Amino acid sequence: MQRRSLWRRRGTLVLLVLCLFLAGCSSALLDPKGQIGAEQRTLILTAFGLMLIVVIPVIAMTLLFGWRYRRSNSMAKYTPDWAHSNVIEAVVWIVPCAIIAVLALLTWKTSHSLDPHKPLESDVAPIEIQAVALDWKWLFIYPEQGIASVNEVAFPVDTPVRFRVSSGSVMNAFFIPRLGSQIYAMAGMDNDVHLIADEIGDYPGRSTNYSGAGFSGMTFEAKVTTPDDFDAWVETVRGAPQTLTYPEGYEALAEPSESNPVEYFSAISPSLYESILKSFHTGGEHNMGGDHPVSSDHADSHDGESALAGEHTAASGRDTNHQASQDHAMRSHPTSVEAGG
Amino acid sequence: MVVVAFMAIAGIALFGLITYYRKWGWLWNEWFTSVDHKKLGIMYFIVALVMLLRGFSDAIMMRTQLAMAAGDAAGYLPPEHYDQIFTAHGVIMIFFVAMPMVIGLMNLVVPLQIGARDVAFPFLNNLSFWLFAAAAILVNISLVVGEFAKTGWLAYAPLSGIEFSPGVGVDYWIWALQISGIGTTLTGINFFVTIIKMRTKGMTMFRMPIFTWTSLCANVLIIASFPILTATIALLTLDRYLGMHFFTNDFGGNMMMYVNLIWAWGHPEVYILILPAFGVFSEVISTFARKRLFGYMTMVWATIAITLLSFVVWLHHFFTMGAGANVNAFFGIMTMIIAIPTGVKVFNWLFTMFRGSLELTSPVLWTLGFIITFTLGGMTGVMLAVPAANFVLHNSLFVIAHFHNVIIGGVVFGMMAGLTFWFPKAFGFTLNEKWGKRSFWCWFIGFYVAFMPLYVLAFFGAVRRMQSYANPDWQPWMILAWVGAVIILLGIACTIIQFWVSVRDRKQNADVTGDPWDGRTLEWSTSSPAPFYNFARLPEVGDIDSFWSQKQRSEEQLEEAPYTDIHMPRNTVAGPVISFFALVIGFALVWHIWWLAGVGAVGVFASFMARVFNDDIDYYVPAADVERIEREHQLKCEQKLGVEAQA
Repeated sequence: MQRRSLWRRRGTLVLLVLCLFLAGCSSALLDPKGQIGAEQRTLILTAFGLMLIVVIPVIAMTLLFGWRYRRSNSMAKYTPDWAHSNVIEAVVWIVPCAIIAVLALLTWKTSHSLDPHKPLESDVAPIEIQAVALDWKWLFIYPEQGIASVNEVAFPVDTPVRFRVSSGSVMNAFFIPRLGSQIYAMAGMDNDVHLIADEIGDYPGRSTNYSGAGFSGMTFEAKVTTPDDFDAWVETVRGAPQTLTYPEGYEALAEPSESNPVEYFSAISPSLYESILKSFHTGGEHNMGGDHPVSSDHADSHDGESALAGEHTAASGRDTNHQASQDHAMRSHPTSVEAGG
Repeated sequence: MVVVAFMAIAGIALFGLITYYRKWGWLWNEWFTSVDHKKLGIMYFIVALVMLLRGFSDAIMMRTQLAMAAGDAAGYLPPEHYDQIFTAHGVIMIFFVAMPMVIGLMNLVVPLQIGARDVAFPFLNNLSFWLFAAAAILVNISLVVGEFAKTGWLAYAPLSGIEFSPGVGVDYWIWALQISGIGTTLTGINFFVTIIKMRTKGMTMFRMPIFTWTSLCANVLIIASFPILTATIALLTLDRYLGMHFFTNDFGGNMMMYVNLIWAWGHPEVYILILPAFGVFSEVISTFARKRLFGYMTMVWATIAITLLSFVVWLHHFFTMGAGANVNAFFGIMTMIIAIPTGVKVFNWLFTMFRGSLELTSPVLWTLGFIITFTLGGMTGVMLAVPAANFVLHNSLFVIAHFHNVIIGGVVFGMMAGLTFWFPKAFGFTLNEKWGKRSFWCWFIGFYVAFMPLYVLAFFGAVRRMQSYANPDWQPWMILAWVGAVIILLGIACTIIQFWVSVRDRKQNADVTGDPWDGRTLEWSTSSPAPFYNFARLPEVGDIDSFWSQKQRSEEQLEEAPYTDIHMPRNTVAGPVISFFALVIGFALVWHIWWLAGVGAVGVFASFMARVFNDDIDYYVPAADVERIEREHQLKCEQKLGVEAQA
């Protein structure tokens, strides 16, 4: 008997450990591999803990009152006309108000500190990767390196990455669960999310916003590497036979395909990302700065955002940011398709 | 295909039975053309329960697919099929199950609770029902002719635009929602006017029963939000039919506008569903605890606060769109503030039980199950409302688990409680308790088994609307979720058996007095089922729980004033006819059959005009008839009292 109970206890222990193991290690959100993800895990657990202050008493009271005041229990007090108590009313208003006040403060702070558009502080210079959602695959453009890849994105560990995210088709969302924040990918819109990884590894990423028949297979792999391995990866891509021209090559790539294999492009047309953005801004007077496509794209995307947002400081702050990095991208764009091909 | 075959067989069988028993005339005269709010309420519920079976078969097909399609396995449903199923599931469950249940219950109960003889616009009420029914028929036609949308239930542009969805699926979605949406808007206006203008003598606003209050707020929300839905879908229609560019990728179209507009309707919509459910729980808990509702004024103001706040939170459905931190924080905090009045309501229900005498009937079980489940759902809702947390939880199975947590735990449990509670008022006998409790336990346990795994899967990175997934580690959780869905299926089966058993035993379960639960509000003061004129003499109210306090005073019936003639509306064929032509328009527009759409439009106009110029729309029930009906009821009551006295 004793032996059996010992085994049972061991079994329970194994189960518990297994649960923790499952929850801890294979759970992308509880075991993040980057600063943003880690802060978000803390935030989720904090919010969860705060809410339990109300949730646990409510559940306990439901069971307790439901049982104690059942009709068959003649011991319990019965006051059919008692329907008001200033003390109780005050408590049931003040306690939720207090918890929500704390949560609201937390919300205000984290909405700013974890704003996906906010550049990350780091000693390492950030890199920019442009992600374009297509039917049904991800195109990753490296403007500084002049290369592109499909359904695979690599970047060095401990390096802030600014993902600029757009779409060549319907709405999608760019998400690497282990690293944190997702962001919508929308045609003609220049969205961005800043992420950083603090551990080397291959992390699955995908579109989270349903986009049609091939949506389930719209996954990619994020390879977080050492800086040397990243350079090696870039060289591998540069050695690929294919190049990506705009518009011909891009249009061929943008044709719908499902569970697309990984592809590398050793060279790309200059300002490929900007060209894709601009291609959705047709329609005459809408595109007012015709001779300066990039800035007009920005005016557009901010129109939309500030209509949504009604806040100018953030928008203009981001504007400078975008503008600077685009100038940077355009200036430091050594590779053209001709040169590469 | 199985569903199609099943529906065809069931449909033919029903049609055959009605023809065999020569009941078509009776159905047409007594039910289809009826303007009686109680009969319309019953018809709403019947359609809703049939559509629940359809929506649930979609659900179990999805769960089966996901239990199979791990790793390299593709499952048995290709994306083409699977995408239609999850879209149909969402559309059907919200528009054709939850909405008609809520509106059906309002129809059945509100006029009785406020001591009125009908709604303000009885013909409009009939028309609302038939427009809704026509839309439900259109959705079912899509199952057989053509296809349904493959866009998700809110048909986000530009995926729902003509470029990416060239088939008829989105068009079915558009016209079904437009037709039923007009019906819903008319219902909103109708009940708003009814509650404001037709309360009986003495019933001030702050003496209204809580269910009436929550219905009033839900109808305010309908009036304010459904026009947004209609306009948004109309713009999408212009894009699809006339090549315009409101929400397209190019020519200045803006998909972000679509998402904002659809949620400006979509968020109030969830409160349209949940507020009346809150009302049901309030009535159930105070009736079965035989105690006044704790904090009536707080309850009312909390409801009003939720009504107002529900219009300033829509952005929380898309924090990840990329708005600035200030905007996200504002909408996040607004969303959390809604949790305060909701939390207060929960405490008020708890303190209604406190020092009460709670009879653990099945409506009470549904209520207790609701408090526990909804509290958990509220908690995950607040977690989603923190924008920075939402950035990793959005679009994941966490969202799916959360809204099923509040919709099953809130709306479904509420409607089941309300159905059981008011069933005797509609049919004159109570529902079987044993099978009702079985149904509750299956739903309650099934919900947790089906949806807790989805919370876990979200933390693994699983997202919504996947037809298959590469990671085989997820499969055990998906299988567990499937088991949960099967348990819920057993719950639905219990409900069907419950109906069968209750109808079989209707003599034993008869509610002779009209007050089976020792009720507190006016609907229990009239007979069950209520006579078509509801009240022979319009009641007078001096308190919140007016019927209860009247019984407490135990005065004999108020002095027997003589019966008077009662003014009642006549039945009308206009509702079914107009809606039939609306269905014709809808179908014709889906398939671009312009001449047929023209026929439909002329039909709608002509039948509407015929109704407008018809002066013979009302009549008087002679006092003698009222007296005869009331005597019969009294006789029954006395007989029953006599039998009880002998026993």
